[in-house]
Amino acid sequence: MDLNSLTQNDSEWLRGTGPESDVVISTRIRLARNLAEFPFASKADDSTKARIEKQLRDVLSDLPLPKPLSYINVASLDEIERQFLLERQLISREHSEGTGARGVAVSRSEDVAVMVNEEDHLRLQVLRSGLAFDSCWDEIDRLDTAIGDRVAYAYDEAFGYLTACPTNCGTGIRASVMVHLPALVLTREIQKVFHGLQKINVAVRGLYGEGSQAMGDFYQISNQYTLGMTETQIIDKVREVIPVVLGFERKARTALMDSKQPELHDSIARAAGTLRSAQTISSEETMHLLSSVRLGVNLGLITDVGLPALNQLFVQIQPAHLQKAKGATLNSSERNVARATLLRTKLEQERSAHS
Amino acid sequence: MKKCRRCSKPATLHITEIRKGEATEVHLCETCAKDYLQQADTNDDSSSEFEFDKLEDASEALDDAEDPVCPNCGITFREFRKQGRLGCPHDYVAFRNELLPLLENIHGQTQHVGKTPRQVAVSPQRQDLQHQLVRLKSQLKAAIDEEKYESAAKLRDEIHSLESQLSEKDLGPQ
Repeated sequence: MDLNSLTQNDSEWLRGTGPESDVVISTRIRLARNLAEFPFASKADDSTKARIEKQLRDVLSDLPLPKPLSYINVASLDEIERQFLLERQLISREHSEGTGARGVAVSRSEDVAVMVNEEDHLRLQVLRSGLAFDSCWDEIDRLDTAIGDRVAYAYDEAFGYLTACPTNCGTGIRASVMVHLPALVLTREIQKVFHGLQKINVAVRGLYGEGSQAMGDFYQISNQYTLGMTETQIIDKVREVIPVVLGFERKARTALMDSKQPELHDSIARAAGTLRSAQTISSEETMHLLSSVRLGVNLGLITDVGLPALNQLFVQIQPAHLQKAKGATLNSSERNVARATLLRTKLEQERSAHS
Repeated sequence: MKKCRRCSKPATLHITEIRKGEATEVHLCETCAKDYLQQADTNDDSSSEFEFDKLEDASEALDDAEDPVCPNCGITFREFRKQGRLGCPHDYVAFRNELLPLLENIHGQTQHVGKTPRQVAVSPQRQDLQHQLVRLKSQLKAAIDEEKYESAAKLRDEIHSLESQLSEKDLGPQ
């Protein structure tokens, strides 16, 4: 697949629609799988990795599924191109920074991606906009069955699908939802929600950021256990907590509007103003301000920007995307200028589209 | 006042671990204790943050001579504990006894009940026996840990008879 054709596309999962899309950005399910007859990555030398890659590339390129997958040879990409795939959530950081033969098979709309030679031989993922566990599971289940009919998976009756790390064995499933929780961050109630989730063994982590303060107020909520429950039970466990988290976020939004509307409106309007007029801006500041504007759109305080455009900006303002769009390598200060230009242009386009 | 074994803060929690009948005391501050008890894997894609070295289990007490090796890929159990990644699918067989308490610790369960690949599908009857075997083996381990040698001996007999049933079935058509 030509990476440049991806540059022109907007990722399907960012289209900002689907159930609960004011808070839920996307739903993702991934499955970890390995081939029975090969060692895991840590004990696979370069020639073994090449054999694994060859076998899986052939299988993935020829699956009898409605959505054909295009194979991208990740090992042959330069650093910016690998970073580009990482920013689009098509590959993981570990895969991007890995060594040896490896690749990713991607559907045209980027909602299906299968990494080859990550920590496990195969990492399947299906991604959807909004809250969409059932359709994610249906599609990944079929994809997994189609691959499993063509290769011998490493499987054990007691431990299920065998994975390089025992934290993933059994179902090999990770069911996660990416949520935007700006009001819980503003009201400082986010930690309480986290503690509650951890108590019932649901994992939460910040996206993009480090530590507890997630950049852009995005969080990923996912299952912790993979063994001893069926896939559906595991998905349901995550699914059940989502309405609770959504409820807390919406309650915090209402509370902010009731008690501090002038101050809130002011900071959101200033965020939009900065994004519309900045001449140079870091990605950290951008994420912070975009998050504020996104909250403003959901509260009806900002009406001249759409959610899909905003969602996409979160990806487009990242380093590799800026450089791909420019077709050149940019240093950090050049990127800050390119980022500010992109923001001004896109937000102006949105303004005329919404007026 | 004792200090936390992980950081230098005062230890407020004193945990007594009983493994293989031996009691060890662990002193931790509140923060470290939470980590220790939860050992939460919050990382999504790679599980590298799971801290295996913080999990205490029987392998800590092993002499070098007793460090099991996988005959297929050559990794030792200790090597696995260090890097947190297994070497090959056969490790799950080679280190079964060592992995069982670890999996119990991570997932709270040791028996897969989810999807089965069509290619290695086995008869439900055989699967039942296998599940039973796994259950008995974990009971055996618990019995030994708790020094209940009488019930351990009984369990061992049951395991032997199940194992011979399973190997007989290997000969016939499945």
